[in-house]
Amino acid sequence: MIAGASSWPARLSGESLIRLLALLLALGLLVVGLLFPLAAMLIKSVQDRAGDFIGLANFARYVQTPALAGSIVNSLTVALTSTVIVVSLAFLCAYGITRTCMPGKRLFRMLATLPILAPSLLPAISLVYLFGNQGWFREALMGESIYGPIGIVMGMCFWIFPHALMLLVTALANSDARLYEAAEALGTPKWRSFLTITLPGARYGLISCAFVVFTMAITDFGVPKIIGGQFSVLATDVYRQVVGQQNFQMGAVVSVILLAPALVSFAVDRWIQRRQVAQLSARAVPWQPSPSPLRDWTFAALCYGVAAIILTVIGTAIYASLVQFWPYDLTLTLQHYAFEALAGGGWTAWFNSLTLAFSVATIGTLVIFFNAWLIEKSDGYRALRQGLHFLAMLPMAVPGMVLGLAYIFFFNQPDNPLNWIYGTLIILVLNTLVHFYTVCHLTSVTALKQLDPEFEAVGASLKVPFWTTFRRVTLPVSLPAVLDISIYLFVNTMTTVSAVVFLYTSDTRLASVAVMHLDEAGYFASAAAMAVLIFFTSLAVKLAHATISYLLLTRAQHWRQAS
Amino acid sequence: MPLFPRSLLVGAVVLTMATTAQATTELTVYTAVESDDLQKYAERFNEAHPEVEINWVRDSTGVITARLLAEKNNPQADMVWGLAATSLLVLEEEGMLSRYAPESVEVLDSKFIDPAMRNGQDPAWVGMDAWVASICYNTIEGERLGVPRPSSWGDLTRPEYEGHVIMPNPSSSGTGYLDVVNWMQLWDEQGGWDYMDRLHQNIARYTHSGSAPCNLAASGEAVVGISFAFRGARLKSQGAPLELVFPEEGVGWDMEAAAIIEGTDNRQAAETLLDWAVTEQANALYNEGYAVVAYPGVAQPIENYPENITELMVEPDFHWAANHRERLLSEWQRRYDGKSDSQ
Repeated sequence: MIAGASSWPARLSGESLIRLLALLLALGLLVVGLLFPLAAMLIKSVQDRAGDFIGLANFARYVQTPALAGSIVNSLTVALTSTVIVVSLAFLCAYGITRTCMPGKRLFRMLATLPILAPSLLPAISLVYLFGNQGWFREALMGESIYGPIGIVMGMCFWIFPHALMLLVTALANSDARLYEAAEALGTPKWRSFLTITLPGARYGLISCAFVVFTMAITDFGVPKIIGGQFSVLATDVYRQVVGQQNFQMGAVVSVILLAPALVSFAVDRWIQRRQVAQLSARAVPWQPSPSPLRDWTFAALCYGVAAIILTVIGTAIYASLVQFWPYDLTLTLQHYAFEALAGGGWTAWFNSLTLAFSVATIGTLVIFFNAWLIEKSDGYRALRQGLHFLAMLPMAVPGMVLGLAYIFFFNQPDNPLNWIYGTLIILVLNTLVHFYTVCHLTSVTALKQLDPEFEAVGASLKVPFWTTFRRVTLPVSLPAVLDISIYLFVNTMTTVSAVVFLYTSDTRLASVAVMHLDEAGYFASAAAMAVLIFFTSLAVKLAHATISYLLLTRAQHWRQAS
Repeated sequence: MPLFPRSLLVGAVVLTMATTAQATTELTVYTAVESDDLQKYAERFNEAHPEVEINWVRDSTGVITARLLAEKNNPQADMVWGLAATSLLVLEEEGMLSRYAPESVEVLDSKFIDPAMRNGQDPAWVGMDAWVASICYNTIEGERLGVPRPSSWGDLTRPEYEGHVIMPNPSSSGTGYLDVVNWMQLWDEQGGWDYMDRLHQNIARYTHSGSAPCNLAASGEAVVGISFAFRGARLKSQGAPLELVFPEEGVGWDMEAAAIIEGTDNRQAAETLLDWAVTEQANALYNEGYAVVAYPGVAQPIENYPENITELMVEPDFHWAANHRERLLSEWQRRYDGKSDSQ
């Protein structure tokens, strides 16, 4: 007993040391993978080509070059337009899902998530076939060109819509039936209870959604790259400066400017999150819609209209990839899938993408969840844990282009001890993991917050080391969240272009980058084919994932009951 | 730091190669060769030399050039095979090319070899073929939209072409740059800018790559694409309703060339590839896409190319083009970049 008591503190301090080390490792990951590269980028933006400090001269030159500075207005215009369209449309659809009895809700929600599975280059390619000079619906644009702001906004709306829909469905799902009943008892008209109950209830969700959409729209690269034509935006400027002209300083300047709106919307979002506490009291009674044929069918028509557009865009890309020589020879062929004859890496690139996506999904899920657990469930090191949490939130505010470029600046310095990972798959894994860190971190934290802290306390009092508690209790119990994170990482890694476009080499070419290169070189059908291939890969993995999740969760359920 | 210093690794590789003769060396080759030909180039080379495996890094001329310059202090490429001579001259100026005289290089047409060889030095680069500017004209869309077939560069500035002409951005595309240089040679520099100012009124877009304008003309997105003969001829064989126009004022051209990058770790393999790149077989390969090649007597006429193409070619001043590259491109950007594709 005495021996046990004396070994107790020693054991604890040993464990505590390991915990501290783990926390420091997590800190190291985010410092090396995020802070140092960003710092390197900031430094680069105030240097000249030779690397001497020149103050804000680069920024001055930026402002004085109309072709560059004009992009700020362009970016804001398309991002704001997209935000208004996406948020209104997604709000209506979310309303249809949560507040009406429209038929086929499940089917619609499934169809509405499809755009997430495709790179944002896919809608842009489809739009050329739909509205280009030879497009089926070109008259609908009344003489305007699809290459430019119209095309960018349409493409953005397509691929951002699912994200907005998910956020707004969540925002509208929480409702207190008692308020509506009271309103009805007082004879309040429907439109009035919508304005005074529904909208205020969802206001934080709406604002938060608007900022997420705005950030995605202003930082997206794929859509403007393909269909922007001569209409330049910030994200494509970064690429043009860096890849087209290898003007890294100017690339860094544009990146810093691109970082600003994202940071603002990040700050606003944080502020809102903090205010949105206990909207829904424990006594709230969930509101159930009652059937109302006119309303239900109106919303069904709207939602299925949206679904039809989504299917048309995806269908067009598939068709485009199968046509022999559009628009003059419409016989069907599979020859555009024979990428090997073309540059860009072809099937090797596809295989690289798969490898990368699986690596990021596996490593990322474990690392991010474990780190979130360390932050959430450790005692002590309060400052360190808070700092880590902040760092984990930061990647959301860093656009992919910026992160990718920052990696070049940091890792491609010959005197960086980590220089050897430059040009390997490792740097792509690290970059992608950090790029998508925040959402995974938030999912983990939400799941962990639902767990009783007693688990750790009991584990500690049973003298079980914390990693055992983590492995045997926390991880299995949080399995749904863990599985969500892994598929999120997989799909995003498969489809992302923005960050990796700066980091791939001849050995690590990726499918999403290949889409872009094929399009640049004018192999439009093969570009469509590669985008379609990415889409179906994501879809297949997502279906497999759903099946595995189902089986695993049934087992986890069983495990819960057994214990 | 890697666990082993590079020299040790190289030593190990050399040792392995000595013991197993067939061990392969991976060679990173930067190129601007048309991507549908890369596989063919690697296969033909590997028929003769299976021991060297080529890792291609391909992009448009300007991008590859800029990338090589940016990597100057930490070169990633072992070799360049198929990049504009005007770009190689810039790299040479920067001291990035390693001189080497490939076996029997003297057989080649002397125009295609680094002039330094005439002064007794080893050449820093050797030419492969000439790629020639050309206009791709879509006959179906031309008729439908009432845009006539152009016959000269001057035609393209006429009002009926407004919004129907697409041209590559010279910053990224070697084809775009050789057009700019050609126009300046035809009408001197100021005349060139004047012409481009007028042409700019009619341009719908400036594209990233030199083949894109022809591809866009072939798919009916544009009527006129300022591009190069190789792409037009190939698209025509694939069934595109194109006509190749070689403007009567004369067309510009640039030379595709090959060179070894200074500081490569795979010197021996790079020399093997450069030796092969000047052979008769290699030149026959180039001739499958290009009408004019470095090896005398190899060239056969190519489908859809005019027979008299050499008469239309305006001899470019490569040195002038290389020396003024940065200045001309930044001036071009200042004037016209608003219509460029986001590249």
